[in-house]
Amino acid sequence: MDVRRKRPARQPARVDHLLIAEMVKPGARVLDIGCGDGELLSLLEAERDVDGRGIELSQSNVNLCVAKGLSVIQGDADRDLVNFPEGSFDYAILSQTLQATRRPRHVLEQLLRIGRTAIVSFPNFGHWRIRLHLLLWGRMPVTPNLPETWYNTPNIHYCTIKDFLDLCGEVGATVERSVALNAYGTQIGKGLPLSWQNIIGEQAVFLLTKR
Amino acid sequence: MPPATSAITTVTPPATALVAHFAEDEPLRLDSGALLAPFSIAYQTYGRLNAERSNAVLVCHALTGDQHVANVHPITAKPGWWETVVGPGKPVDTDRYFVICSNIIGGCMGSTGPSSANPRTGGAYGLDFPVITIRDMVRAQARLIERLGIPDLFCVIGGSMGGMQVLEWAASYKEKVFSAVPIATAARHSSQNIAFHEVGRQAVMADPDWRGGRYIAEGTAPRKGLAVARMAAHITYLSSKALHEKFGRKLQDREAVTFGFDADFQVESYLRYQGSAFVDRFDANSYLYITRAMDYFDLAADHGGVLANAFQGTRTRFCVVSFTSDWLYPTRESREIVRALNAIAANVSFVEIESDKGHDAFLLHEPELFGAISGFLGAAAARRGLPASCDLEPAGA
Repeated sequence: MDVRRKRPARQPARVDHLLIAEMVKPGARVLDIGCGDGELLSLLEAERDVDGRGIELSQSNVNLCVAKGLSVIQGDADRDLVNFPEGSFDYAILSQTLQATRRPRHVLEQLLRIGRTAIVSFPNFGHWRIRLHLLLWGRMPVTPNLPETWYNTPNIHYCTIKDFLDLCGEVGATVERSVALNAYGTQIGKGLPLSWQNIIGEQAVFLLTKR
Repeated sequence: MPPATSAITTVTPPATALVAHFAEDEPLRLDSGALLAPFSIAYQTYGRLNAERSNAVLVCHALTGDQHVANVHPITAKPGWWETVVGPGKPVDTDRYFVICSNIIGGCMGSTGPSSANPRTGGAYGLDFPVITIRDMVRAQARLIERLGIPDLFCVIGGSMGGMQVLEWAASYKEKVFSAVPIATAARHSSQNIAFHEVGRQAVMADPDWRGGRYIAEGTAPRKGLAVARMAAHITYLSSKALHEKFGRKLQDREAVTFGFDADFQVESYLRYQGSAFVDRFDANSYLYITRAMDYFDLAADHGGVLANAFQGTRTRFCVVSFTSDWLYPTRESREIVRALNAIAANVSFVEIESDKGHDAFLLHEPELFGAISGFLGAAAARRGLPASCDLEPAGA
């Protein structure tokens, strides 16, 4: 079982993966941190001809990836990113994993150090359904997108789109692009101000560079 | 071309080893400074070399292994030691790749070693054989590959001491290794590993029939000492759990203990059998030399104390494999290798396989190992532009 990377209970077509793939330049060197069963890496290799590597916490997922021919190592985003040299990848991707790390700030800093560009996606805790859930029921929100109860969720560091922007400011990241998505990974709220995206977006994808 | 060319078109090799001879004027320069000449390398091949000579896989054998990786062994009549991995349709697919496995220098299955004739005396080398290292083994393999007319290797793969050779290949011949699969191994021998080897060597040398290493000249053989060495080593290849599940405290062909020192327990009987079967096929001095070579192995020390330096500039694709219950070459040793490769952003996969079987797992039926090897090799082959199957013209045809 992969405990690092919880997907929405509904299994949508991974439109968010297509969105990430679209952000990646062909032939780039890519590190996918928390690469799961290698779905995104496979997509990037097939569609973007990238030189792709992955890090994954779950050993069974790693073995699956390697059997598929992907270059993946077992490792922990919190602990193992320091081993990689600065600027060794064109893109460092952290897809739906940031909220499950012990030290999100450290991980984001490492991402920006290793990759010339970082791509980060995460579930948005500022979504209206979550706000409403907490307001009406007074309990930690359990939504289709975040189906676990507070005591068994791997997601220990939730944030909203606004919170994430603050962290980007703190670590000196420039937001090149930000996209709000619904639970199915489809872009929504295009052109709306960020405070609105923070309400209607169930997930967000950020393309970052180091200032 | 040298006579070895005929081997390239061999599809199903005969049980007799092929041998490449290197004459007095083609010496092997050893780490110790000594020159070894003449010398011979015994080897087996499987499959066909393609016209581009780009599909060669070198399999490196472990301490007591040999070149008979996928054919019936000429002495023991047992299947090849890695028939689970090497063969038609197997993870190292001989329908697709041209597989070479050579007996290491210092060995006793046809390559020059301490039991070979010393040209200066006419008798066996014995302890006059120069001390060899893992790098010397790899140098000798590189000479063989050159002799076979193969410019570079698609893959170098091996477990245990074979894995050490894989790492040494990747460090010493970067441009000649497209992909590397070090399995159940380490970039250096630990103090514990050295300690176990020393027990084995002392057992051999304590046998009066060892005769200071001159047992061949004196017509004896340190069978008891070598058997004890093998027994002790064999324990290190198994996990405690595997031993317990296989034997527990079960008695051997008896209802009760005999209050003596016969093999009361099945595990004793098993070890005695392992020891005595081993001495029939292995030379005691070879055992001393090869264990020494493993003890001397420290890839980081050869590169300024930093393991990453050993691989600096590499373009090789790596797949590092370890097993959970292997306490001889535990996963942390493999992680050191992976960490070093990450430090230079090398292309590396790392698989730790859940197994109860201990160090020996790499030789046994481990489907996850097979999946990892075939997946990794398949992707590497695609990168190298190898065709999916082997409808190949043999090289030099």
